[in-house]
Amino acid sequence: MRASPHTLPLLSLLGVATAANAELGVNFPPPATTVGQEIYDVHMVTMTIATVLLVLVFGFVIYSLVHHRKSRGYPADQHFHESWFGKWSWVIVPVLVLGVDLTIAGSANRTLEKIWNVPKDQQMMDLKVIGHQWWWEYQYLDHDVKVESRFVAEDKAGGNYLREVDHRLVLPTHTKIRFLHTSADVNHAFWVPEFGFKRDAIPGYIGETWAEITKEGVFRGQCAELCGTWHARMPIVVEAVSPQRFADWVQEQKAIKVAAAAEAGSDKVWTKDQLLAKGEPLYTEKCSACHQPNGEGLPPAFPALKGSKVATGPIAGHLNIVLNGKQGTAMQAWNALNDLEIAAIVTYERNAWGNDTGDVVQPAQVKAAR
Amino acid sequence: MSTATLTHGHDHDHAPTGWRRWLLSTNHKDIGTLYLIFALVMLFLGGASAMLIRAELFMPGLQLLQPDLYNNLVTNHALIMIFGAVMPAAAGLANWMIPLMIGAPDMALPRMNNLSFWILPAAALMLLLSFVVPFFPGGGSQINTGWTLYPPLSLQVGMSMDFLIFAIHLLGISSVLASINIIVTILNMRAPGMSLLKMPIFVWTWLVTAFLLILVVPVLAGGVTMLLFDRHFGTSFFNAAGGGDPVLFQHLFWFFGHPEVYILILPSMGVLASIVPTFARKPLFGYHSLVGAMIAIASIGMVVWAHHQYTIGMSLGAVKYFMIGTIIISIPVGLMIFNYIATMWRGAMSFETPMLFAVAILLMFTFGGLTGVMLAVVPADLQYQDSMFVVAHFHYVLLPGAVFGLFAGVFYWLPKWTGHMYDEKLARIFFWVNVISFNVTFFPQHFLGLAGMPRRIVDYNAMFTEFNVVSSIGAFVFGLSHLLLLYIVVKTVRGGRKAEAKVWEGADGLEWQLPSPPPFHSWTTAPQVR
Repeated sequence: MRASPHTLPLLSLLGVATAANAELGVNFPPPATTVGQEIYDVHMVTMTIATVLLVLVFGFVIYSLVHHRKSRGYPADQHFHESWFGKWSWVIVPVLVLGVDLTIAGSANRTLEKIWNVPKDQQMMDLKVIGHQWWWEYQYLDHDVKVESRFVAEDKAGGNYLREVDHRLVLPTHTKIRFLHTSADVNHAFWVPEFGFKRDAIPGYIGETWAEITKEGVFRGQCAELCGTWHARMPIVVEAVSPQRFADWVQEQKAIKVAAAAEAGSDKVWTKDQLLAKGEPLYTEKCSACHQPNGEGLPPAFPALKGSKVATGPIAGHLNIVLNGKQGTAMQAWNALNDLEIAAIVTYERNAWGNDTGDVVQPAQVKAAR
Repeated sequence: MSTATLTHGHDHDHAPTGWRRWLLSTNHKDIGTLYLIFALVMLFLGGASAMLIRAELFMPGLQLLQPDLYNNLVTNHALIMIFGAVMPAAAGLANWMIPLMIGAPDMALPRMNNLSFWILPAAALMLLLSFVVPFFPGGGSQINTGWTLYPPLSLQVGMSMDFLIFAIHLLGISSVLASINIIVTILNMRAPGMSLLKMPIFVWTWLVTAFLLILVVPVLAGGVTMLLFDRHFGTSFFNAAGGGDPVLFQHLFWFFGHPEVYILILPSMGVLASIVPTFARKPLFGYHSLVGAMIAIASIGMVVWAHHQYTIGMSLGAVKYFMIGTIIISIPVGLMIFNYIATMWRGAMSFETPMLFAVAILLMFTFGGLTGVMLAVVPADLQYQDSMFVVAHFHYVLLPGAVFGLFAGVFYWLPKWTGHMYDEKLARIFFWVNVISFNVTFFPQHFLGLAGMPRRIVDYNAMFTEFNVVSSIGAFVFGLSHLLLLYIVVKTVRGGRKAEAKVWEGADGLEWQLPSPPPFHSWTTAPQVR
């Protein structure tokens, strides 16, 4: 059979349309996990059934709109509702709809069980995912490694702004990973579209999900549960690497952690300039989302530190609020930071933006205040 | 001398005049008018907030709104539209039409009718205060929770949340009072011969809706009261650290929130049951199965609330139940849509504005319903949940399903209420602009959600720009098109071609036996229904 002369342009047009669609993003991104692929298939089956039904309904309505018009002189059938069809449609229609319903539910059921039943019979990698206002904390429970993942500003993130972080969630491929979801403050939701699922992070709850990543790559998602002011600035970036590369990465992280602990644990007395140099980037990373880079905050939700009673008053009070947080506000307890980090941040806050108290807070003071 | 009383002929009603006519009114038509005016005002407030939201989302970046103001607007848009616009407008139709349709002189409890309306402006004031209070010194932080008010986030918010909680209490009291009145009226005031199964479907839908309201509104009131106690009185209902459960609030909220969807939709679906037979010029298809479908929708709709919470981590058994229960709702809804299409089938249709809206509703509500089935499927919903896909879905259900139904009802009965025909040409222009811009606004949001854009974000990555631009342009046209609606309504109230008693050629029902506009006490002698 010879292809009609119109086939080629039509096909290329279709090709362009698909390419444009891929860029514009009109459907789920290609899944990157075993279960994600099944979820994608369930979505496509359901959407296809819905589309067929939609075409059917539109078809009947449009046919009726065209033919059954007064302007065409169509005589209204006053007894249509009394025909056998009118008498029995209340049985026929529900039975047909029930058939469609069962098809949809049936196709979803197997995948649903696979998602919900986290494999229990084998060794899995455990990853605790903790939502914070407004950053993610990933604890690799088997490796004693922790990653803090925060939004980065537009000048650094470029085209991935709001979908780029400072420290990525590095995960191995072809490994069954158990995610344990919780939150330190309000509800968040962990969502990476390539994984096919999202899960709420709820304080007081540990939610369990699992995934086995099938391909290497960088997968980007965002927090999906409204969590306050900077909900839009909680990106999730997964970097899936081979298990070997992952093992190397774990070793690197451990080395960094050991070095940092050694530095913080030494009894060294730090100079003001050293602490300020450490304090500024730490402040930018951990505090500036709320209190703003200029220290002026976003009152009334996030008070200013510039000229504030806490940041210019007694050091003990300042340390207390940083270490223990403030109940009923978004200010969390920062006691997971080490003594040196807190000393640097507090020193910076007490000397920046014209708060020139001249105070120098040493790690030993933080230790005593804990 | 007063000419107003003369035109009422033999009705010796001694009704107050001037502002007293409205403040002290016990007349179902005046109170219905008040409800409708209130709803129209709220429609514009809610619409303004929606247009601000879309203006911010027009382009990536933070241009217009600070994040908390954006979240505050998102919260207020939902609450104003649901509690301020749609529910009062539906109550306005109920007040106007139920006595006319069942052959009653007025509502059964006229003084309570007055109370249930006049609580609303107070509630609206509280609602608006909750929005503006943070802008005053010492006003605390803005409401950044969305209308779902989930704790612990809602425990962080300042005093504006307390205003909101009391606004919800007042709105709830108003709704429950109105519901009691409607149920009592329908059950006791029907004309002789009008058995329950001879009532117009619109009256049936309101009977079902009123029962739904009485059953679920107190649950919301309880939930927000517990929130209030957690905020101020040291309880820990929703605080995990104190032995409470943040998810409990979600269950309480959605136990109200899901039936609320049907509360919004059912009255409008009842309006369709009047309009479609009128303009198809043949009897309603499947009256009994429609009544059954309405009752089934309400009953099943009350026990599937947790499909809004698939991602919290319920047991496998629970999610299966909520999935299958939700999908099953497609049976009565499908039957309802089928009956309306079968009413059109083999009719002699003409397409005046109410019918145009009715056809658009059937098509677009079906579309919204089908994306609803997709959302009900748990594995896929784990992806859709809290994305723009959900926003697109519920606007496709609530605008055609509720708002367009109210527009259709207003155009259908406006000649009856005012005694004047509306401007058909302008109304058709309004219809086309309104419906097309609605689709331009919300259709692209499906793609945004599937591609990974979460809902309720103030700023987004550049990859989502194109569809957001289209959506925002649609939203501005859609929002502004309602000025035309306002113009048409005002013009009709002020004058126009005289409307006959039976405004539409194919209309059937008691309301068309009364003159347009109807006398002060609608049916002074009850009509006999065969």
